Amino acid sequence: MGNKSLKTLNNPLSSAEFQLNVLSNGVFATGETPTFQDRITETGKPFLHPKSLEILQINLGYMCNQVCAHCHVDAGPDRKEMMTRITLKKCLDLIETTLVKTLDLTGGAPEMHPDFRWFVSEAFKLGVEDFIVRSNLTILRANKKYYDLPEFFKAHNIHVISSLPFYKKEKTDRQRGSGVFVKSIEALQELNAVGYGKPKTGLLLDLVYNPSGAFLPGNQKALENDYKKALNDEFDIDFNQLFTITNLPISRFLEYLIASENYDDYMKSLVEAFNPAALENVMCRNTLSIRWDGYLYDCDFNQMLDLKVENPIQHLDDFDLDSLQKRNIRISQHCYGCTAGSGSSCQGAVV
Amino acid sequence: MNNPYYQSQDLKKFKNISDWSPELGKNFFNYYNSVFKEGALSAREKSLIALAVSHTVQCPYCIDAYTQDGLQRGIDKEEMMEAVHVAAAIRGGASLVHGVQMMEIYNKRSM
Repeated sequence: MGNKSLKTLNNPLSSAEFQLNVLSNGVFATGETPTFQDRITETGKPFLHPKSLEILQINLGYMCNQVCAHCHVDAGPDRKEMMTRITLKKCLDLIETTLVKTLDLTGGAPEMHPDFRWFVSEAFKLGVEDFIVRSNLTILRANKKYYDLPEFFKAHNIHVISSLPFYKKEKTDRQRGSGVFVKSIEALQELNAVGYGKPKTGLLLDLVYNPSGAFLPGNQKALENDYKKALNDEFDIDFNQLFTITNLPISRFLEYLIASENYDDYMKSLVEAFNPAALENVMCRNTLSIRWDGYLYDCDFNQMLDLKVENPIQHLDDFDLDSLQKRNIRISQHCYGCTAGSGSSCQGAVV
Repeated sequence: MNNPYYQSQDLKKFKNISDWSPELGKNFFNYYNSVFKEGALSAREKSLIALAVSHTVQCPYCIDAYTQDGLQRGIDKEEMMEAVHVAAAIRGGASLVHGVQMMEIYNKRSM
């Protein structure tokens, strides 16, 4: 694994158009394998429509202290895209007017945004029910200026959701970089120390598992039990829930699939595992994703493929919820990742 | 070999064995699914046993299926390899223990 983004390396897979082209060819080119649109049409409703808006997911920018091999964002230290304070203020207005239940901050590493603390403090005042920060954990130990973040999270009743691809060092470091596991464990212990993941504190600490290779995640509950036992026995770490997230064939994970000659088989396994029941609860149906520059997407994955919402309103500046609620959700073959088996979302399995 | 006897895509056609004998096929798969449910042994333990047995019966379909099943369950490579060694030890031991028979016949027939 290198330490540069595909974008910096000028890899063709950093282009959304190129990725969409890959996703429409391969096993789907011959017509033998049904496209995601074919599958939706079979259900009798030709389009996916949004339900009521519950989650606003804001991507503060693509800068990250890590360069993970599976990252669909192609995030890294060399990514400079970042939400301006003007756009952040518009997001605050939106939170206030739409009354969303959940605010979900992601990136990159959202904590690296220079206005992160200001934005969290302002959004906290608006009183959303569930205020999520997606933390990669290592950022909490990356520099002294971040050491007090667990206390800061606690003061703002943040719901911390953190990636920990596995409860053992080898698989974690292979996916996320050398030394990531040890730092992640330290960060989890720091979060536990202020009450995160501990009973009766109300401070939620959830972990995210995603497979370290070309296979689908196993049963969420069984993996949660294994994680809980291993992390508690070895490191005295507690957490609330484990979310299993399927790797979607986008950006670096797509590059890995192609380079390791797993692409066709992986796509076939996603298609074979298609579960129509998961369609009911896929996250694009109750979420809006906002890009650093204010453009609107059905989900973070569509954001990375630059599939803007299918609506005359595509930007925060012209936000009109009534109009947006009537849109068709944009799809491509990557959507199979969210409907395979028990389904997958930013909050884990959906069925 | 361009046209091997074993084709990996045939694993996905396993369910088709029911086509020519629906009742027996249905019974088999019901039984199969029941066997692998969580019980006195965990589903994880059963997956490792299945992986070991797959190596004993040298079934490439089964090895493919239970390596992938293990990956999905978070079983790591050290655990999988130890399971394969259990299979190898029993298989090797099964040959070796017959050495006792060889020794006894040898001794009985020798002056």
